[in-house]
Amino acid sequence: MHLILFLAFGAVCVGGAVNLLAQRHPINSALSLIAVMAALAGEYLLLGAEFVAAVQVIVYAGAIMVLFVFVIMLLNAGEEEHTSGSRVALLLGVPGILSGSVLMAWVVLRESTTESVAIGALPGPPTDIAQLLFHDFLLPFEVTSVLILIAIMGAVVLASAPEASAGKAN
Amino acid sequence: MNPSLNLWVIPILLLGGAAINGFLGKRASRSGVTTVALLSSGAAFAWALSVAMRFSSLSLPYHEFFAHWIRISGFSADFTFYLDQLSLVMLLVVTGVGFLIHIYSVGYMWDDPGYYRFFSYLNLFMFFMLTLVLAGNYLLMFIGWEGVGLASYLLIGFWFTKDSAASAGKKAFIVNRIGDFGFLIALFLLIKHFGSLNFDPVFSAVAPLRSETAGAGLLTAIGLLLMMGACGKSAQIPLYVWLPDAMEGPTPVSALIHAATMVTAGVYMVARSHVIFERAPTALTVVAIIGTLTAFFAATIGIAQTDIKKVLAYSTISQLGYMFMACGVGAFSAGIFHLMTHAFFKGLLFLAAGSVIHAVGGEQDMRKMGGLKSFIPWTFLTMGIATLAIAGIPPLAGFWSKDEILWKAYQVSAVYWAIGLITAFITSFYMFRLLYMTFFGDYRGAPVGGHGSHGHDAHGHGNPHESPKVMLAPLMILAVLSLVGGLVGWGNHFEHFLAPVFGALEPAVETASSSTEYLLMGISVLIAFAGWGLAYLLYYARPELPQKIADALGDFYKAVVHKYYIDELYAAVFVKPLIDGSTRILWQDVDRKIIDAAVNDAGDGARHVSDEVRQMQSGNIRSYAGWIAAGSAVVIAFMIWMWVEGR
Amino acid sequence: MVPSYVPLSYYLLLSGFLFACGVVGFLIKRNIISIFMSIELMLNGVNLSFVAFAAHWHALAGQVFVFFVMVVAAAEAAVGLAIIISVYRTRETLNVDQVNLLKL
Repeated sequence: MHLILFLAFGAVCVGGAVNLLAQRHPINSALSLIAVMAALAGEYLLLGAEFVAAVQVIVYAGAIMVLFVFVIMLLNAGEEEHTSGSRVALLLGVPGILSGSVLMAWVVLRESTTESVAIGALPGPPTDIAQLLFHDFLLPFEVTSVLILIAIMGAVVLASAPEASAGKAN
Repeated sequence: MNPSLNLWVIPILLLGGAAINGFLGKRASRSGVTTVALLSSGAAFAWALSVAMRFSSLSLPYHEFFAHWIRISGFSADFTFYLDQLSLVMLLVVTGVGFLIHIYSVGYMWDDPGYYRFFSYLNLFMFFMLTLVLAGNYLLMFIGWEGVGLASYLLIGFWFTKDSAASAGKKAFIVNRIGDFGFLIALFLLIKHFGSLNFDPVFSAVAPLRSETAGAGLLTAIGLLLMMGACGKSAQIPLYVWLPDAMEGPTPVSALIHAATMVTAGVYMVARSHVIFERAPTALTVVAIIGTLTAFFAATIGIAQTDIKKVLAYSTISQLGYMFMACGVGAFSAGIFHLMTHAFFKGLLFLAAGSVIHAVGGEQDMRKMGGLKSFIPWTFLTMGIATLAIAGIPPLAGFWSKDEILWKAYQVSAVYWAIGLITAFITSFYMFRLLYMTFFGDYRGAPVGGHGSHGHDAHGHGNPHESPKVMLAPLMILAVLSLVGGLVGWGNHFEHFLAPVFGALEPAVETASSSTEYLLMGISVLIAFAGWGLAYLLYYARPELPQKIADALGDFYKAVVHKYYIDELYAAVFVKPLIDGSTRILWQDVDRKIIDAAVNDAGDGARHVSDEVRQMQSGNIRSYAGWIAAGSAVVIAFMIWMWVEGR
Repeated sequence: MVPSYVPLSYYLLLSGFLFACGVVGFLIKRNIISIFMSIELMLNGVNLSFVAFAAHWHALAGQVFVFFVMVVAAAEAAVGLAIIISVYRTRETLNVDQVNLLKL
């Protein structure tokens, strides 16, 4: 049962990822990405990470991707043009990463024995996560809150109207 | 155990004077500079006198440790000072004559714009010379040796804007360095075979060695190399060529450095190393031969010179030859005795010559002088005393010392004695020639007031005039010393004084009786008078004769006037090939084609490589990403390979 | 009977595949926004890997790390999109090949 669910969600992930690559219009790619994230949330549930799954849906799929879609609509991005790309990227990069991935896969398969992950393997309710978050990882937590603040300010400044930002820059 | 004499104060006083005058003198007043200079040299002399007064209560030799220097396993050399009778004589001569010449220079250099620089260099020279004389090991002596060479260069080229002066300074330094090369090799040999350069250990290690009578050996090599150094410093054949050129320097410099002290450093060094030389008869013979030949050779050149300072320069070379002849026959104390008296009368001769030059407004050619004795009587008087001394007329100082040398030389070989006697005749001749040409007859020169060769006389009177008292006082003192200074040799007092240093290995083999000694003494006095008489004949009574003799001798005379063309010979054989080789081979081939090309090619190569590599920075983001992906694949592969290897 | 255990390696393979797709997308795509989305895909793949290992070793700290990754991804997306907007304003194009002035 676990395996069937895993394979189902996995197929959605894979399909979404490939579709993201194949589509020419960015909005289609964005929708594919949303599908991938939803499927990943399912995977997290299978692993017993309910909190992460919830956060994935709420934050990632629900906020970040919405932002992406907003920007695509704002900028009225059309289909991709055909321009001459970089030869290096195509000739060196793609084979490179593909071979790297194959190597990694080979290693993983070699190392795998009968280790398996039970369904819902992760222990504990969210209170345990809260315990970790606010006791052991308090400093990173606070730092990330500062980070978000800075990101907000930066985004506001960078995206503000050209006259104002040009005036500020000059 | 000896009480500390604080010998180190003596050189340091002079170093301090040099530093103060050197750094602060430019903005100081003339009287300030004078005070510092005279104070430092005077205080040094006073200290030396106090050392002399306490001398008899010391147990000798006296060692004084100043500072650590080199301490490595197997070899150590420290800043140590050493005092025995020999050093004491040198110390007193250097500080005493040096102080007098400082006083003289106050008057002589008064109008020179480089006044402060002169005294700074002069003090610096005294510092190095005293280091040399008081050193307790060969290495410290070598520092003093090199230092006096440096000071000599600075002072010869004192008027450095003059080409001839700058070249003379260079020539002196370079020729000295050739000799120093020999000195250095000798030091290396000493270190290798005796493990030390300190005097006491070296000499006590050498003392039990057998004398190398069967030809050459280690000690002969050391002796010959040391002599090479001495030839450079003390202007003997073949390295004497710098001394006549050194007359480009101011006259007090010629007096101090090239008559009284620096050139005698070679003699001192040979005397100090007598333990080595006495066990290397071949080297000692070489010393004697070089000394004798140089004495004769230089004297012959001196006959034909017309520049008053050049005559004195060749005379110095000749007298130094006498000192080396003395050392070469084993009579070291006689050599030192002559060194001392020579410092007196030669220093006096140079200073008086300076006074003459000052009087006639810078002229140095004797043919343009004459009849000066009525204008500058005091200079005439002192110069006359000095001339009598150098000619060897009793009872002045030169007679005692020169006679001592001739007597000791006679005991070893009559050949040395004969050549020395002929040289004495020639010496007497050319010195009185100088006297007659300069002071007697009619004044043949221009009215005084024009610019002299060193341009310091701006009085513009019509007639030559006497020098100021500050210049005359040292002349007087040196004249007195020339008169009575030789009396320490009466009854062999001087030799006995130095006996603890030189020991019993002097030719005490009195193969002849004292009646022979008196006979020889009489002969040399006669010879001296004969020289005087000849000079009187040729330059006073019948002044037209010299020209006729010169014409009769023709080309030979011309060769003598041109110093036997030795300078030209050296230039053609050594200097020109070096310069040509340097220019053609070292500069154009090695420097330009190899070294410059290598450097340029390195730069060009870097540029070409960077031209290729910079194309990676294309501005295209995707190509950057491509490189990153490819690079990460390589890293992943490498890590996996490491992991596989580790299993 | 269908086994109810999924080997860890399956999760890792899936995560690796997502990551590789992200990289290839980055290299192939010409639209800046598409490239950004490929970056998000990469991050998601990594998140999956973290959670899988956390479940395997029963360590809750893996989840906390995923949490932080998401926070940073959010911040990065915000700022990055703002930059894209300002680039679009100046260059009038979303083609990444035309933003190539920084070159030697």
